[in-house]
Amino acid sequence: MQMAVSKLLLAATSRKSCKVLLGLRVLAFSATLSAAIVMGLNKETKTFVVGNVGNTPVKATFTAKFQHTPAFVFFVVANAMVSFHNMLMIAMQLSGGKREFAGFHLLSVAILDMLNVTLISAAANAAAFISEVGKNGNKHARWDKICDRFVTYCDHGAGALITAFAGVVLMLIISAISISRLAQPYKCTSTVATPSVVP
Amino acid sequence: MVKLTKRIGALVLRLVAFGAALAALIVMVTSRERASFFAVSLEAKYTDMAAFKYFVIANAVVSVYSFLVMFLPKESLLWKFVVVLDLVMTMLLTSSLSAALAVAQVGKKGNANAGWLPICGQVPKFCDQVTGALIAGFVALVLYVLLLLYSLHSVVDPFLLQKS
Repeated sequence: MQMAVSKLLLAATSRKSCKVLLGLRVLAFSATLSAAIVMGLNKETKTFVVGNVGNTPVKATFTAKFQHTPAFVFFVVANAMVSFHNMLMIAMQLSGGKREFAGFHLLSVAILDMLNVTLISAAANAAAFISEVGKNGNKHARWDKICDRFVTYCDHGAGALITAFAGVVLMLIISAISISRLAQPYKCTSTVATPSVVP
Repeated sequence: MVKLTKRIGALVLRLVAFGAALAALIVMVTSRERASFFAVSLEAKYTDMAAFKYFVIANAVVSVYSFLVMFLPKESLLWKFVVVLDLVMTMLLTSSLSAALAVAQVGKKGNANAGWLPICGQVPKFCDQVTGALIAGFVALVLYVLLLLYSLHSVVDPFLLQKS
């Protein structure tokens, strides 16, 4: 089992830039997946005193969920899609040896990487600007800030945003490497496609 | 002959993308409305929201870049650089459009859970102009994606026609 895994990894990273590409893809996959998960589980419930009836305070419970804001829903969905794309690319790099130059393989990898770069940058920026409004409020539109009341919600959202932006930078580098691979094609797997059965 | 029509087509595409980004910029900057209700006067400008300011800046950068690339000579070595810069400009465009759209959606529908009221009822002309600017930005984005694919094609020959 360990022999097979090490053979597979050796085959997939026969050149230095292939190692770099694989490492970057793993990082981008983990960054976008953790951003999606942290924002997806982002929820906080708090009770506030909203008024007084006579001498007894009236309490009301408010919940802050990520589903309340469409920008955060887009954020979760887009991060999930980009992490799925990265997982697919990692699987393709580790497995398909002979099919690498067949047809439009390299071209489709480059185009998919470019599309995913734009997708993740759109999602991260939309969530960033919405949370800026939530953190600072907006005097002109009379929108109150919510971060002073729901502190944990805002903190988790900030963590998810930071990892998503790390994913944006990583995806940009990966896309640049894929485009340069298009200009000078090289194989990322060895010519021995099938691992031999060695005890 | 085919090469010439392709080159002219790319130039026309870049000119239209420049026009769309410039239009988005101008329409957003000139959107301004003054409304008064209950003896309180409020003026809605694009500088009120950070997302709209970012939209204006991003579209300005993209317009200047498109204008400069239109004059790049055909055999220049900078075309390889143009591919990466086109990708960066597409990223700028989509991020600014997405951010402005997210904030404008809150302005139009409000966010009942956060207690944010929609403002489009009070400043309808401002909202219409912002919508127009966002549409122009979307057109610029689509054109830039096409331009990105075209510059990729002209620089790297992705269909591997020269490889045996």
